Amino acid sequence: MMRISPIFGLLLLAGCATNPPPKPATAGGKPAEVVTIPADPWPSTYKPYPGVTTVIRNATVYDGTGKLFSPGAVRIENGRIAEIGASVAVPAGATVIDGTGKFVTPGIIDIHSHLGDYPSPGVEAVSDGNEATSPARPEVWAEHSVWPQDAGFGRALAGGVTAFHVLPGSANLFGGRGTTLKTVYGRSVQDMKYPGAPYSLKMACGENPKRVYGSKGQMPQTRMGNIAYARQVWADAVEYKRRWDDYSRRAKAGTAKPTDAPRRDLAKDTLMGVLNGEILIQNHCYRADEMTNVIAMSKEFGYKVTAFHHAVESYKIADILAKEGICSALWADWYGFKMESYDGIRENIALVDKAGACAIVHSDDANGIQRLNQEAAKAMAAGNRMGLGITPEHAVTWFTLNPAKGLGIADRTGSLEPGKMGDIVLWNASPFSVYARAERVWIDGALLYDWADPDRRPIADFELGQAGAGDAK
Amino acid sequence: MKRLSLVLAALLATSANAATIAITGGTVLTAVGETSIANGTVIIRDGRITAVGAGLVVPAGATVIDATGKFVTPGLITAMSTLGIVEVEGVRQTNDASARSTPFSAAIDVAPAINPMSPPIAINRLGGVTRAVVGPEISNEIFGGQGAIISLAASGDIVMAKRAFQFIEMGEDGARAAGGSRPAAWLNLRNGFAEAQRFARNPAAFDSGRDKDSLIKRLDAEALVPVVEGRVPAVVHAERASDISAVLALRAEFPRLHLILIGAREGWMVADKIAAARVPVVTLSLFDLPDSFETLASTRSNVGRLVAAGVTVGFGIFGGDSGSQPRNLPYFAGNAVAQAAVPGGVGLTRGQALAAITRAPAQIFGLADLGTLEAGKRGDVVVWDGDPLELTSAPTAVFIDGVAQPMQSRQLQLRDRYRDLAPAALPKAYSK
Repeated sequence: MMRISPIFGLLLLAGCATNPPPKPATAGGKPAEVVTIPADPWPSTYKPYPGVTTVIRNATVYDGTGKLFSPGAVRIENGRIAEIGASVAVPAGATVIDGTGKFVTPGIIDIHSHLGDYPSPGVEAVSDGNEATSPARPEVWAEHSVWPQDAGFGRALAGGVTAFHVLPGSANLFGGRGTTLKTVYGRSVQDMKYPGAPYSLKMACGENPKRVYGSKGQMPQTRMGNIAYARQVWADAVEYKRRWDDYSRRAKAGTAKPTDAPRRDLAKDTLMGVLNGEILIQNHCYRADEMTNVIAMSKEFGYKVTAFHHAVESYKIADILAKEGICSALWADWYGFKMESYDGIRENIALVDKAGACAIVHSDDANGIQRLNQEAAKAMAAGNRMGLGITPEHAVTWFTLNPAKGLGIADRTGSLEPGKMGDIVLWNASPFSVYARAERVWIDGALLYDWADPDRRPIADFELGQAGAGDAK
Repeated sequence: MKRLSLVLAALLATSANAATIAITGGTVLTAVGETSIANGTVIIRDGRITAVGAGLVVPAGATVIDATGKFVTPGLITAMSTLGIVEVEGVRQTNDASARSTPFSAAIDVAPAINPMSPPIAINRLGGVTRAVVGPEISNEIFGGQGAIISLAASGDIVMAKRAFQFIEMGEDGARAAGGSRPAAWLNLRNGFAEAQRFARNPAAFDSGRDKDSLIKRLDAEALVPVVEGRVPAVVHAERASDISAVLALRAEFPRLHLILIGAREGWMVADKIAAARVPVVTLSLFDLPDSFETLASTRSNVGRLVAAGVTVGFGIFGGDSGSQPRNLPYFAGNAVAQAAVPGGVGLTRGQALAAITRAPAQIFGLADLGTLEAGKRGDVVVWDGDPLELTSAPTAVFIDGVAQPMQSRQLQLRDRYRDLAPAALPKAYSK
């Protein structure tokens, strides 16, 4: 059930972007002679926990695609969404939950988190989010910094979060790979990895890289330095890809020896994955003008930006973002904490959405991740005060299906469509109300949080035996 | 020119002050207990509230604000902020909260730095915030300096009280400022207070016989005199339960200290002690992570448990993420109510939650004529388009001292400039 084949990585080998992974050439008794880049050296070892067939009925259901069912019902069976509608079939033996007065949404997905990399407690010894030793560190992987005992995972789960994307920080132009995790504690990060989710490459523009390196007297010290440095990195990556493409073509034709394979460069492996369309670019970028610079750069080198993150000025270029098919991952109301966030406005998310671009509510924060539904409520209300007429069922997409799209997992999760993973939240009130809390959270159909059951409330190792452990937080 | 416009603004404010305003038809939440007056009226005259109730007669000539279907509350008061002293946190030219290399500490006074034109003032006023406690952050000492109380009014002199409190860091931040340990921080505190007492006994002799390397300057010692004598409150940041207990125990040594705790995330563990000491707490309702070793027992039930124990709790913005803005005070209040619904959680009633962002901050900082809708109080009144604690609600009118405030900010101007991205006859820079 869980070994969905990894969809990225296999294609690090050039020229086969739509083909299955190259296998060692054993057919016909020939020895393996095509050198390939391992597709998935840190495979997910996540296994769904057991669940029972569960029906929630008589609830208000927002399905994550923009639809409302009121009254609505959902059935979870075999770990998946089995049925959704005004009413659903109730198999014998199913657990039936009366959702009268309650609300149901897909599990919340946060596309921008540093949980695990900057875990609680925030002491230097476990602060592992920025490899700030070079402006380009595409070779580092955020998952290798994740501390699986971050108490923040449990808090996020209680906030209805069922999946989140751990990114490196933004000190570097190229911060490293980001990884999508399930909000399910494991003994290793691999136990938490979202099966088959593509990797991302975190990039950053603007103040952070130029400040971090400029203050060391290094390039980049300016925004023009940011772009120049990044372009050179991409140019080198294009050349690396060309070599691998050439080698693989020749190897397949039987005209290259294994020793002809290009020398592995871990940094460029990641960049080549981007150029091959298998690794998604998640680009920290605040200002409208800088986003357009990045778009131009992506076209020069032939890659695509999947989402701009923290993009407080997306509303200024929402039409361009819609045309380019780039998501904006945004806060509802953060502004003014640094110069490049000076023009942040509360209507940003709503205006991006109105322009037909993909709008996502993100957290970038261990506390904020617990209430992405509330951030969406603020953004929706700001939009509606300017007459945009945004419905709650539509605004739900900002923290469910849209981040799933931005992470390349929308075919599996992010909405309550039958066949998708049973990632679902039952709320005691409208998730757009300040008075709402998640009552129960299911991941792959397993009930992993129940506000009324202390035995369904995770306690990280770090919290165990400490004051307040197990408290209703 | 600027001076002239200020004078004009002051004149306008005075004339507006003289007006009588009647806000009618709304659900009036007075922030006194759980009082909710349906179809209530609030009458403001000469900048003060003269009457609040149902079925009041609107005085002849009053400007009537129809609040039918809306809610009416006191102006919100943030029990801590950097409003007026920080515009862009990361731009040091606009950040006057702390001075990295000053030799001074307790003597630092934020009042002259306060900028009424700073955009966050208008932005937060639009969220219903009418008054703010403004505090410095520490630099190289545990004493951060003297904070102020301000109005968020769009006109006139907004500083209401200078040198209104002394900000002191204990716990982890205090330890760092004091050279690296809690014991060192406690020594700095005792040294500062002892020097203040010595200064108070004989200011002229303060410098004689003093060590040249004495840690505290004359001006700092002088600033701590009213603190030791209890005339100016000491706002002390402490999070860990043991640090809080140690702060409370200071009174054994300095009995006149007027203490206000800030932070106090583990306060619930010693709530009875805090209540018995009659020390109020400034905090927020959403801390629930063990994000430092001094906050291991953080829980969203902290506020509810403190209030249940009898502690006065006001919400104020300090540290935290960038979403922690005074305009989000209702969000913190509403979430404190939500906590009551969680099995095993302790939260606030709606009345208590509203009080945490109105009445309690006023009480904590001695603003006797603010914080509630009662006759005699200043005319700080907010009209909301829905439940004031709800995420989807916003003010439709804000009055400060009876003066209707402009409902505009540069954020709204940006919104309006970019609401339509279709090509136009001129660049965006030409649209206002």
